[in-house]
Amino acid sequence: MLNIRGLNTRYGQIHALKGIDMRIEKGEIVTLIGSNGAGKSTLLNTISGIVPASGGEILFQGENITNMAPHFIVKRGISMSPEGREVFPALTVAQNLRLGAYSKKAKDLDGSYERVYTLFPRLKERLPQAAGTLSGGEQQMLAIGRALMADPVLLLLDEPSLGLAPNLVLLIFDLIQSINDQGVTILLIEQNANAALSVAHRAYVLETGNITLDGPAEELSQNDAVRRAYLGGK
Amino acid sequence: MFFQYVFNGIAVGMAYALVAVGYSLVFGILRLINFSHGAVYAFGAHVVLLFIGLRYPIWIGILVSIFLTGILGVLIDKFALAPLRKKKSLPIASLITTIGVSYIIQNLLMIFFGSERKSFPNFFDMGGLNLANVPVTSSQLFLFVISLLLLLVLTLIVKKTRIGLAMQAVEQNTKAAHLMGINVNFVITFTFFLGGASAAIAGALMAGYYQLVYPTMGFLVGLKAFAAAILGGIGILYGSVVGGLVVGLSESLASGYIGGTYRDAAAFVILIIILIIKPTGLFGKKGISKV
Repeated sequence: MLNIRGLNTRYGQIHALKGIDMRIEKGEIVTLIGSNGAGKSTLLNTISGIVPASGGEILFQGENITNMAPHFIVKRGISMSPEGREVFPALTVAQNLRLGAYSKKAKDLDGSYERVYTLFPRLKERLPQAAGTLSGGEQQMLAIGRALMADPVLLLLDEPSLGLAPNLVLLIFDLIQSINDQGVTILLIEQNANAALSVAHRAYVLETGNITLDGPAEELSQNDAVRRAYLGGK
Repeated sequence: MFFQYVFNGIAVGMAYALVAVGYSLVFGILRLINFSHGAVYAFGAHVVLLFIGLRYPIWIGILVSIFLTGILGVLIDKFALAPLRKKKSLPIASLITTIGVSYIIQNLLMIFFGSERKSFPNFFDMGGLNLANVPVTSSQLFLFVISLLLLLVLTLIVKKTRIGLAMQAVEQNTKAAHLMGINVNFVITFTFFLGGASAAIAGALMAGYYQLVYPTMGFLVGLKAFAAAILGGIGILYGSVVGGLVVGLSESLASGYIGGTYRDAAAFVILIIILIIKPTGLFGKKGISKV
């Protein structure tokens, strides 16, 4: 479904991605682990068109979407819940959700709202409230719910559990699982590599702009180097 | 006399508000003070003048001017500002560019229309009204009502429409707006169009009210409307309305009681005082980085 070949991204002098090869199949949860500054967010931002690629290509369902404008990429079925949630603080929860499906007509959204309310009943209670007044966990739910409103084929999740209390972390991972069960393919970036590997089918390890390891999530979670570097093991 | 000054101040103040909204809208989206806005306002008035000269009914002139002046706003963005954004140049470069654009427009108006003051018909003067001895004129009332209606329409567009929701999204978080599938460039284009269109209407109204049109007519009005936008808290629409009224009233009362020479200074004295007391303007929020 998503095929990335030799992808390069630069920020001025900084060479953030140095030839990434990656593929995601339909229905998978793929996780990307790596330390801070390895280029994980850059990769997601390049896929969604926020950051331009300087080389290589991104194919989505057979179409080359490299350096396409972000709004066209959303239309093709890739939505992202960015790191730090980035909800619209002064707009209500309802307006934030509506914006998630901006490219769709208001009358076609009943199903999307229903699905978001089923996954996140809390959001339904908070509809008229300004997003900036929500708790961190609720904002995270809103960011994911908002991304789902576009009815994406591929959902990009950037650090969905960052800064959340442990019980909420569990809840978020349960929800990621349920979203995937509904047929949404997911690319997940996580600090919490343990939890990420436990829900993912496959994983990639990213180090300073290069993929250094990849394989089934279960296999990687047994890998000594991965355990030492990312799982706090010996 | 007091009430005459007040009614004049309110009427003119609402027209300032209409111009101020143009500054506010663009600032909200781009965090940029668009100093070409005053010249855009003058351009709007001149287009109407052109059509009056060609013996078209004035409303046709105004409709064409709304359209053309809106397009002028869009062109300023496309040719002068968008390239700078693309290059990620410093905000100050865009600011200087808008000042440059303002002089280019003014000079072009001088070349095509001449720099002298030309008379413009007061197309909405139906004489004095006598409402319970309140000395309000019909042209003051018209200026007030039309400006108010347009400000309401602009507010409705921003608050109640899909494109308005996108404008608010871009204003609050441009990156997230991209991720929502919003065509941010189109939202910026639309915002410049709205700013230009409202400046055209304000230009036509003020030209009628003072019965004068000239290429530099937008300079002081632009500065005062900018002051009004800052006064009310830039980026906040109703703030621009209150700011416009404060500016209009202060200059009208100052010229009535202190003397016409002090008219233009009065608005800025009030601006400075308010900014000392409340640096973000009357309704401004904290944390907006100003350019």
